[in-house]
Amino acid sequence: MKWDTCDPSEQYLLHLGDDALILGHRLSEWCGHGPILEEDIALSNLALDLVGLARQYYQLAAKRIGSGTTEDRLAYWRGERDFKNHVLVEQPNGDFADTMARQFLFDAFHLLQLEAIEQCPDADLAAIARKALKETTYRAQHSSEWVVRMGDGTDESHSRISAALKRIWPYTDELFQPAEVDRIAAERGLGPDVQSLREPWLELIREVLAKAQLSLPDMPQKLLRGKSGIHSESLGFLLAEMQGLPRAYPDAQW
Amino acid sequence: MMPGGCEVDLSPTYTGCPATEVIERDVREALEELVGPGNVRIQTVLDPPWTSDWISEEGLRKLEAYGIAPPPKRSSDKRSLLGLSIPLNCPRCKSSQTERISAFGSTACKALHRCLDCQEPFEAFKCI
Repeated sequence: MKWDTCDPSEQYLLHLGDDALILGHRLSEWCGHGPILEEDIALSNLALDLVGLARQYYQLAAKRIGSGTTEDRLAYWRGERDFKNHVLVEQPNGDFADTMARQFLFDAFHLLQLEAIEQCPDADLAAIARKALKETTYRAQHSSEWVVRMGDGTDESHSRISAALKRIWPYTDELFQPAEVDRIAAERGLGPDVQSLREPWLELIREVLAKAQLSLPDMPQKLLRGKSGIHSESLGFLLAEMQGLPRAYPDAQW
Repeated sequence: MMPGGCEVDLSPTYTGCPATEVIERDVREALEELVGPGNVRIQTVLDPPWTSDWISEEGLRKLEAYGIAPPPKRSSDKRSLLGLSIPLNCPRCKSSQTERISAFGSTACKALHRCLDCQEPFEAFKCI
C-alpha cells in the first residue's frame, strides 16, 4: 500500500488525521446515548468537528501521496498497524466522566499542538491548523467546564471524575514521547517538539483541576507506541465497527 | 470571472459542517445556469479561516427573520470564545432576557438559547 512507503511528512498528516478520526468515532458512539439531550447533541457536534478535521488532513495526505489514494481509502482500508493515533484516543468511552476526562486531557494537548502547527511553513497544513484552532477552543472549553462541574459537584460526580482521571492518566505520557513521526515533523518545522509541550500542558491541566477541587492523578505511566502503529486491544474492535460496512461493500457509491 | 467561465473561492464555515458539499453543489448549479456546465471551477480555501464577521448585513437579517439569533461581531466581543455567555436578543419577541442552555445546538455552528420572556427556545449562530 502506498501509505506504508509515503514520505514522512505525509505520515505526519496521517498521524494527525488518525487522532481526529479515532477520537471523533469514539464521540460519535454517544449519539443517541447521551446523559441528557444537550450533551447528546454536544458530543455529536464534537464528533462531527473531529471527523471534519480528519477529512481535511486525509484529503491533503491523499493529494500528496497520489496514486489514486483518497480520504476514504485512508480511513476505511488501513489496518491497526497503519493507524498512528495516540493510544489515549482509542480508549473506550466508559461513562460520561471517562469520556470527559479523556477529552479534557486530549483537548489541552490538541490546542498546544495546533498552535505550533499553525506556524509551520507548509501553507496547506498551517491553514488546516489555523481553522481548527477556533473549534478546538470551543471543545476545550466544553471538556474543562464539565471537569469543573463534576469535580466541584456532588459526592458522586466528584468520585466519578476523580476515578476517571486516574484510569486515563497512564495514557497521557505518550503525548509527550516523540515517536518517529514527531521527530521528523519537528525537524521539518511541521509540528512541535512534543516534549516541550508537557509543561504548558500540565499548567493548563492544573488550572482546571484546581477549580474542580481535584488533584493531579499520581498514576504510573504506560509505555505506549500508538504513534508507531502498536495499539491497545480496543482499536481492533473500533476499526471492525467503523470499517466493516465499506469493506463489505467496496464498490458502494453514496 | 474568466473568459467563458468563472472561478469561485469557497470558505467553509465549520471544519465538520456537513452542508459544505451541498453549498458547493448549489453554487456550482447556480453558476452553471449562467456560464454553462463545465465552466465553473470551485476551490475550497481554508486560509484565512472563515469568520462569522464575514456574514453580510443581509445575511444577518435573514438569519434573524428565520428565527436564528445572528452572531455578535467577533472583533467587538471575544467573550464568546472565552466561554462567557453573551446576552442575545430573542429573535421572536426581541427581549434581552435570554439565557444560553447549551453551547452546542442542532448543528456545529449554532448554540441553544431560551427566552425568559416569551419562553420560546431559539438557536443562535455562534461567533467564530
